[in-house]
This record gives sequence, structure tokens and C-alpha cells, in this order.
Amino acid sequence: MATEDHVEQPAGEQPEQEGVRRRDFLNIAAVSFAGVGGVIAILPLVNQMNPSADVLALSSIEVDLANIEPGQAVKTIWRKQPLFIRNLTADEITEANAVDVSGLRDPQTLAERTADGHENWLITLAVCTHLGCVPLGAGQGENKGEYGGYFCPCHGSHYDTAARIRKGPAPTNLVVPEYEFTSDTTVTIG
Amino acid sequence: MVRIIGFLVGLGFVGVLGYSLIVGAIAYTTEEEPGPTAYDYHHHAREISFASDGPLGRFDRQQLQRGFQVYREVCAACHSLEYVAFRNLTDLGFTEAEVDAIADQWPIQVPTVNEETGEETTRNAIASDHFPHVYANEVAGRAANNNAYPPDLSLMTKAREEGAAYLYSLLSGYEDPPADLPEEFQPGTGLYFNPYFANLNIAMPPPLSDGQVSYADGTEATVDQMSEDVAAFLIWTAEPTMEERKSTGWAVLIFLVFLTTLAFLAYKNIWRDQKH
Amino acid sequence: MSFPWAAQYTPTNPFMKWMDDRLPLPRLVFNSVGAGYPVPRNLNYFWNFGVLSGLALVIQIVTGIVLAMHYAANSEIAFASVEHIMRDVNSGWLMRYLHANGASFFFIVVYIHIFRGLYYGSYKAPREMVWLLGLVIFLLMMATGFMGYVLPWGQMSFWGAQVITGLFAAIPVVGETIQQWLLGGFAPDNAALNRFFSLHYLLPFVIAGVIILHIWALHLPGSSNPTGIDVKGPQDTIPFHPYYTAKDGFGAGVFLILLAIMVFFAPNFLGHADNYIEANPLSTPAHIVPEWYFWPFYAILRAFTVDILFMPAKLLGVLAMFASILLLFFLPWLDKSPVRSGKFRPQFKIWFWVLVADVAVLGYCGGAPAEEPYVMISQLASMYYFAHFLIILPLISRTERPLPLPNSITEAVLGKDHDAAQPAAAE
Repeated sequence: MATEDHVEQPAGEQPEQEGVRRRDFLNIAAVSFAGVGGVIAILPLVNQMNPSADVLALSSIEVDLANIEPGQAVKTIWRKQPLFIRNLTADEITEANAVDVSGLRDPQTLAERTADGHENWLITLAVCTHLGCVPLGAGQGENKGEYGGYFCPCHGSHYDTAARIRKGPAPTNLVVPEYEFTSDTTVTIG
Repeated sequence: MVRIIGFLVGLGFVGVLGYSLIVGAIAYTTEEEPGPTAYDYHHHAREISFASDGPLGRFDRQQLQRGFQVYREVCAACHSLEYVAFRNLTDLGFTEAEVDAIADQWPIQVPTVNEETGEETTRNAIASDHFPHVYANEVAGRAANNNAYPPDLSLMTKAREEGAAYLYSLLSGYEDPPADLPEEFQPGTGLYFNPYFANLNIAMPPPLSDGQVSYADGTEATVDQMSEDVAAFLIWTAEPTMEERKSTGWAVLIFLVFLTTLAFLAYKNIWRDQKH
Repeated sequence: MSFPWAAQYTPTNPFMKWMDDRLPLPRLVFNSVGAGYPVPRNLNYFWNFGVLSGLALVIQIVTGIVLAMHYAANSEIAFASVEHIMRDVNSGWLMRYLHANGASFFFIVVYIHIFRGLYYGSYKAPREMVWLLGLVIFLLMMATGFMGYVLPWGQMSFWGAQVITGLFAAIPVVGETIQQWLLGGFAPDNAALNRFFSLHYLLPFVIAGVIILHIWALHLPGSSNPTGIDVKGPQDTIPFHPYYTAKDGFGAGVFLILLAIMVFFAPNFLGHADNYIEANPLSTPAHIVPEWYFWPFYAILRAFTVDILFMPAKLLGVLAMFASILLLFFLPWLDKSPVRSGKFRPQFKIWFWVLVADVAVLGYCGGAPAEEPYVMISQLASMYYFAHFLIILPLISRTERPLPLPNSITEAVLGKDHDAAQPAAAE
């Protein structure tokens, strides 16, 4: 193909130094520009793998919380990922606030992980921060782990009632997505 | 040997073709002059230019909004726009809030499933939805429209020869049949004469009449104006990426011309002392 | 390679030396498209089209792989997935338009490449195998192009699949069974779409493989040249690199400019409006035509309108269409003239240009509706097509008196004086 790298001067060139240098420059310029063009042409080929417009458009959902009793949790789907929405009981809130934050692997208070005035609603991605499994603990009778929150069965990560990592390999707390309460019982996530 | 066989095969094909030609020619010359065909009464699309024409063409957003208004108030009653999403309307110059409102108030709802009962139901559209289908399926569409299914309009300007000019001519081109129109081309019941339609008789009643919509920008809503606006809107629905395509094209072309000039000079430079 | 004076590969640094001892890939490149491949010094621009075909294949494979990441080969959603590519995928419209127009450009450059070979007698000894492999590539391209056109699942896709597989139904006794086997059903549907997608993805890589054989077979005798006479010594050749790499670089630039003009400013010019309507098994478009690059063959197919004895017209048309390509495989043995280049064959030259015009006429008729006068014109043009290869070429290769050939490529380039001044160089 038309790769012109290492263009050598053909045999029998004229010994005019000035002219030769200008002519060399031409070959180098042509090859360099072809190289730049080649690199630019790769950009759309890479960019096409990014999320497409229709995928990005689905990035917010609205959830009705009216039917979730204290102590219950539901799983829903946001951006094709599972999401936990948990209505914390007063006991669970007390338990979460009693923890000494400075001793945690990923120090955060419950208040930092919930919305103002809606401290009982713990909304997190249901994706273990270790390697992406869905932790147990949302459904009735599922193992909630040693700290009463969530337990990831893949590699044994235990999360507490504020979904903070307490034990096991996961490096950080379950991720809290951006959300906003549009009324007392509805929340827009994303 | 190859050549002998080839020669015979060649003579065979030439002979058969020659015989076919003679048979065809005799039939052609002895055939009676055929009567007029639908084609004799068919008109080609009228000339019209759009802001989006040509390598430098851009959409006229004001016109697209007018066209969308015509679609929403007139066409949308029967024709879907299934490949276009409400969120795409921001491209026409609508704000996100306006798009949300348009989607929410769209007269046709989007099918969904009731989360508690699992029953099929409908909900208001949201910005990320595509324009909902007007009819549940083609059979329903035919049943509601005298057995003529109103086609989806998303790709209409690309899916017809002569594109937007054809749509413009068709929409504004209903007329009374000419006096000499043979019986077999006369519009039957439920059909309307339109010389721009391939077989002259279209099942769609004339959809537009003067003043049918009232444009917010004060443009007078004549049939001609509305036809032009909705055709422009359908150019956009068929290819919302057109402006990106053309501006990318210019950048690529300028780069390539420069590069090719350099390549030519380098080629001449390398070959300068070679006779060839 | 077969030129004793070809430059030898010498590794320039210890790493390349180490590499050369273990995997001599740089040596292979050097010997095939580098300074180690001596090429006649007098090639004209028509010799650019081989490399351009390779470039076109690369563009098709790269954009095709990208499109396959977003396309769904399912008859329910294939059409919508193409619209998804056009509207929502980042740069998706660019990939699709490049792929669709790239296919047309691939055929354009390959057709020029083939006619170059026909005019300059590149199919003649010792390059018969190059020609035969080239025809295999051409057949694979046609199969790939046809199946690719089915994938968007528009009206032309569907009816093209119906009509082309219907050709096989013309075969007596087993025809319909073959058609059903090809489609995996009684009409084109999901089964056909999926197998076409699978093969459409596979065949380009087979083409790439046959191209390697094509180039291998070419490099034994070396490239032909516009005079058609053999290379006689080092003075007749120059190294492929940098001379022809530079020339091909310029050619590639022109090719890309033309492709960009089509892709960005007239992307649907070579397509057909009906393919923007989703496939509908209940309604045939008023005027079915294949893609433009099949039009000459489509015209031959339709030129047969009369049953002969036990042979129905449909079968005759199918036979003739396949024969029109297959006869090219016998071309090296049909044309026995010892002179390669049409430049020195006064009669051949005339008939060659008649053939070019004839194929253009066939192409025009193939794209026109099947009505008079196009049918009669395509019958005449088909008669000439077969007569040209099977009757005229074998005859003129006996009767024609060629013009005097130059003694060497160098003489042809530099004129007689130069050659006379250096008599040793000619031998």
C-alpha cells in the first residue's frame, strides 16, 4: 500500500544541496500528513463503540416509592444495571449512625449517602464494587451479611445498613447514583 | 480444442439471441399501438429548492418547526414516524422542556405493562421514546383506512424517487382528472386523482387546505407553504445527521485535496530523474 | 524472486537481524512491495488499480467490522438496526455510507483493473494463473456484494434475494430444491438473512486470502507493462519502493477524494430509493434492479426471451449469465496472439473499444425497465459480448498483423537513439 515511510533519495540525484533539501521536505511532509490523516480516521472508529444516543437518552428513570414499607427493599433497573432502593427502619438508621466513620475503609456517614429529609431512603447501585456481582439482602429472607445490610456471595463482601463496605474484598461502598425527590413518594434517578 | 468448443458455444448463444431478437422485433413492429398508459398522465415532481439542498445546505430550523407543526396537527392522525424519537426534536430548536411537553401531550400513548397487574396498558410518551405507532399493526391500519395502509413517514424523502420534491408536489398537486382521462384511470370510490402519484389515484384524501394550521411565526399557511414545510421537515426526519455529514465532508475533502497535492509533488519529486 | 538484479534485503540494525533470522516478515515485505521487487519502469496510471482494489477491500473490512458491532441479523429488526446505526450510533452514518459507497468504488476500480488486463493482454502466458485467481476474486466479490445488499432488509434487499436465488430454480429437476436450500425456506426470511450475514462476514477474508495468491502468482513473472514485452535487464526496471509506492500514494489520494465526494455529498446516488422501505413480502417494487455493478450481467440474463426446443428462456438466460463470466476463465487459451499489448494490435484495439462500449450499453439496459427497445438492444449487445470472446478474438489472433514491437522497454521509453547508443543494454 501507499506507506511511504523511509523514502530514500533515488540514485543519481543532483548535487544541488538547496534543492535536495527542499525536495526531501516534500516527501517527509507527504508521509507525515498521511500519518495524521490515518490517526484522525481512527477516531470515529473508536468513538462508535461509545454509548449511542438512544442508550444515553435512557439514563434517567422515575420510581414510585409509595408501596415500599420500612424494612423492605426493591430491586429496579437503571441504565441496564440493577439498583437497590431500601426503606430503612429506625433501628437500621441508628445502627448506621452509631458506627465510627473514621474506622471505615470508605469513610462516609449515612447522611452523606442519603438525601436531605429522606434519610430513610437508601438508594444504591446493586453492583458490588469488588467485581460487579449483585449482592444479596434486598429480597425477603436473603443473607444480609454480618452487618445487616447486603452480602455479596461471589467473594464475601459484607455491607452495613448504609451499604458501606465493612468486611471482604470490595474496595468502596456501594455507589449512590445521582437522584432527586420530585415528591415525597417519587424519585427521579439519573 | 478450447477454441473449437468456444466457437460452437459462441455460435449457439449468438444464434439463440439472434432468433430471440428477430421474434421480438417482429412482435414489436406488428404489435398494435398500445393505448395510453397511466404514465402518459403522470407528472414528474415540480422543481423546488430547500435550504438543505446542495453541499453547503443547512436546515432552516424555522421551517422545520413549521413542518413539524403540520405533521403534528395533520399527518400524525394517520402516519407514524417510528424511527424518530421525541428527544431528536431538540435538533429543530426546541428546548428540552418543550420536547418533554410535546412528548407528554402526544395524543397517542406508548404501550407498556402495568407494574402491579402485568396487564398491557399505555402511558404518556417521554423524550426518549420514539414517536408511537398510530395503529397497533398493519391490519388495523388498513381496516381504519379503506384498506390503504398509511406508510410510516420517517424515511419518506429517501424512499421515493425525487424525494422531497415529490412529496411537495403530491401534497399540493391534487386536481380534477383531465377531461380526456380514459375510464380505467378514473378514480374509483375512496380514491383521489393526483397526477404525481405513480398510478394516478391515491387513497389519501387531500390532506391540506388553506389556513388549516396557524403558524406561530406569522407565515401564511397556504397549501403550497404547508406542503413545502412538511416536505422540509421530512428531509430532516429521514436524515437528522445531514448537517454533520456535510460539515465533516468539507473538512475531510479539504484535508484530502491538500494531502493528495503533497502526494503528487512527492511522486514527481521521487520520479524526477527517471524517464518513463 | 525471479529477477537476479533485485535488491537484497539487508537488516539495518541488530534487532532487524535478530528478527530476520526468526520471522523474516520484513524481508517478505521488502521483496513483495518494497525496494526488492523490480517493476517495469513504464507502467501507466492504469497500473494503480490493483493497489486501489486492495485499499477498497481494507476500507470495506474495517467499516464492515464496525457495522457488524451494531447491526442485528434478524428479519424483525434488521431494518430498524440499520436506522439505529444511521441515527444514534456515534459516526454510524459515516460507517454505513462508507461501506455502501465503498462497495461501488471497489467494483469500479476492479472493473478498470479487469479492462486494463484485457487491453494489455495481462491474461496471457506466463500470467494465466494471475488472471484466473483474479476472476475467482471477482466471483467472490459478486457473491459478497449481493449478500451485503440483502442485509439492510429493505424492499430491494428482499426482492433481490428472491430473484437471485430464483435463478437457481431455473435448473431442471433439482432447481426448486436448491433454491429452498439456499434460502432455508420458501421465501427469503430470517434463515436466509442470517446465513447471508455469516457468509458476508466470511467471504472478504477469503478474498484477502486469494489476493495473496494473486500477488504471489504475479510476483513470479513480475508485473506486465504497457508494451507487453518482457523485461530484459536491470535497465528496464525500477524498484517498487519508492517509485511505485509514491505513485500509488498519489493514486490512493485521488481515489479517496472521489469516494469522499460520494460519501459526504451524494451518499444515496448509487443506491435505490426502494431500499429505504422495509422488506414487504406482499408487495414487489414496480421496477426491481440489482446494484449497478450487476447490470451488464442482468441485461444478459433478461436478453433471452424465447424458449428453444426443450430449453425454457429462463434457463437459457441463467446459463448465458453464468457463461458470460465463466468464458473469461478460458480467455488465455481463446486469444492465441503472441503479442500481449493491445497497443500493437490494430484490429484487436478496435474490437476492444467496441467491447467497452458494448458492456456500457449492457449496463445501461440492465438498469432500464424490461421493455422495448431495451430488450432488443440488450439482445444485440449480448450477441456481441459472446461473439467478441468466443468468435472474434480467436479469429483475429490468427489473421491480425501486429505492429512492430520495440526491442525493449527501455527503448520504448527512451526512443531508438538511446538504445542504439547502448546496444549492450538491449540484450
